[in-house]
Amino acid sequence: MSASLRRFIITRVLLTIPMVLILVTMIFFIMRILPGDPIRSQLGPRVSEEQANALRERLGLNRPLYVQYFDFLWDMVTLDFGTALTQGERPILDELGERMPATIELTIPAIAITAVIGIFSGAYAAKNRKKPVDYVIRLMSIVAYSIPVFFMGLIFQILFSVRLPVFPLAGRMDTLMMTTFESRTHFYVIDAILAQNWKALGSVLMHLVLPSVTLGLALSGVFVRLTRVNMIEMLQSDFITAGRARGLPERRLAYRHSLRNTFIPILTLLGLQFAILLAGAVLTETTFSWPGVGRYLVERIQLRDYTAVQATIAVFALFVAAVSLLMDILYAFIDPRIRY
Amino acid sequence: MAEKEVLMQIKDLSVTYETRLGPVSAVEGVSFDILKGEILGLVGESGCGKSTMGKALMRMIQPPGRISSGKLIFDGEDIMTYDENQMRDFRGRKISMIFQDPMTSLNPVQRVDEHLVEAIQVHEPKTKPSDALGRSNTLMERLGIQKQRMKNYPHQLSGGMRQRVMIGLGLVLNANLIVADEATTSLDVIVEAKLVDQLKEIRDEFGVTLLVITHNIALVAEISDRVAVMYAGHLVELGTVEKIFDNPLHPYTYGLLSSVPNIKLDEREELYKMGGEPPNLTHPPKGCRFHPRCPKAMPICETIEPQFQEVARGRFVKCWLYENHPDKTTKKIEVAA
Repeated sequence: MSASLRRFIITRVLLTIPMVLILVTMIFFIMRILPGDPIRSQLGPRVSEEQANALRERLGLNRPLYVQYFDFLWDMVTLDFGTALTQGERPILDELGERMPATIELTIPAIAITAVIGIFSGAYAAKNRKKPVDYVIRLMSIVAYSIPVFFMGLIFQILFSVRLPVFPLAGRMDTLMMTTFESRTHFYVIDAILAQNWKALGSVLMHLVLPSVTLGLALSGVFVRLTRVNMIEMLQSDFITAGRARGLPERRLAYRHSLRNTFIPILTLLGLQFAILLAGAVLTETTFSWPGVGRYLVERIQLRDYTAVQATIAVFALFVAAVSLLMDILYAFIDPRIRY
Repeated sequence: MAEKEVLMQIKDLSVTYETRLGPVSAVEGVSFDILKGEILGLVGESGCGKSTMGKALMRMIQPPGRISSGKLIFDGEDIMTYDENQMRDFRGRKISMIFQDPMTSLNPVQRVDEHLVEAIQVHEPKTKPSDALGRSNTLMERLGIQKQRMKNYPHQLSGGMRQRVMIGLGLVLNANLIVADEATTSLDVIVEAKLVDQLKEIRDEFGVTLLVITHNIALVAEISDRVAVMYAGHLVELGTVEKIFDNPLHPYTYGLLSSVPNIKLDEREELYKMGGEPPNLTHPPKGCRFHPRCPKAMPICETIEPQFQEVARGRFVKCWLYENHPDKTTKKIEVAA
């Protein structure tokens, strides 16, 4: 690793600190401005004032706001995140540790589907520009782009699990199997392989299909368009003409020479879309009862579980920051002109 | 000049672009021969169709343009009858092209040697990668690119070096004809001069034929054996460089040569400026396309197009001054109904 690359990485890592700080500060105050509080959500409306105050005191919510704020920041610095305020008051790290793998297991195939569908059909459309297949691909990309994720999920559920019962409706694996399935890493795919439980693996994979395709398709629309536009521009560039004059086959000019040169904008968008992917995961997880971080966040917002929401958002932010840093480093490997 | 064999015959070549304003004939009825081992300079103003012609020789005209008529006979075969696959094999192996901008003519994410090896392997799939690499390195060494530079990416090379890489790409498959389309235009004068010398050396060393397309008259004078002058899609004059420069026959050639600054020019004497502008090719002038700007225009020039014909040995011109026509003598021509 060159010294300049190291400096670049360190700068970027340092820059994420104010970013996360601003984000969690906003969340901290917004959550407390919202009507409702964790006490009421836990104890219900008919509880006595003494009982409510007792819980408030136990959770530390009776302390002045600034004390709570700095206390929370200190928790963040020590990477502790504290404990949840509701639903058993468990340490948040434990709760996220169980749910994060579920979300990652969903988003990795989703992003793979997005990239494969988006890049390949975009490139294919560009190569066959203004032919019928180009118009079909463009139309499909607009459709994929404009349908809300949860709606697409519902349609898929109706089509492929109710009308045509191919894939399971929801969840991560068959409920009956769950009782005997021991999860160590919380990545069910990895767990099943480690236990050499092939039946379980099959069930896990089948459960993954609909949610990951939904999420992947929804995001692919914008990639199709981006790839297509950049490819068209690339295909008209001088070095492609020069390659053609050298007798290189069109296929090679398109998929080898042009496509590789369009990876930079694609990668940039992939990094940016990662944030949208997590937001999409929230909706997809809700639609498919997927026990991941997205659904956890929705639940805890409804319960006004301040600490759980703050911690989850912070983790999301760190994830997005890490991915965009990774993308920036990857640029240099794709394009030799980029040096840090 | 000793009689030379013909490498490529261009017969009645026309290239038409379909535009919203109607068809534009960027090249019309052009015929000439390219001789083996010569350097032929093709000059003309911007938009006269010289680049289109260069591309047409390789059948690389992209829609909405197309070669609307003509024969391209290379080594006795009409390449207009080739299918796409034959054509792909032909490009690079028989004719290759060097482009104006060496900055953008190489793939930015491909190393120099990868360019060369790829070209070899596409055309000669049986060549081993190590042999292809060896051949590339040897060739480029001869062109003055050291071996360690071969691992560089295009952006790490200077403009002159990149253009030498382009030349190398043209030579690596032993192409017979290299079309250099404004190949030196984007280089500064010193690098340009070196490249010109190098092009001459290459011709002598590799026995290739060069078609140098340029708007730069001085370059043509320096490099070419023969010169072809284009105007508004027509070839108007063709001859050896000495003859053309000593005694330009076509009024356009004359004007073109007179508008080049000369160090011996008297201070009070103003540089010749040709009147008017090149015609809009959606509606080219009737008759000779040059007549609205021609100081020697005659009535016949406005109505009937002159033939491109040999007026002396190896000397072709498309002008009524050198052609006889029954109507030519009449001062005023009645347009036939």
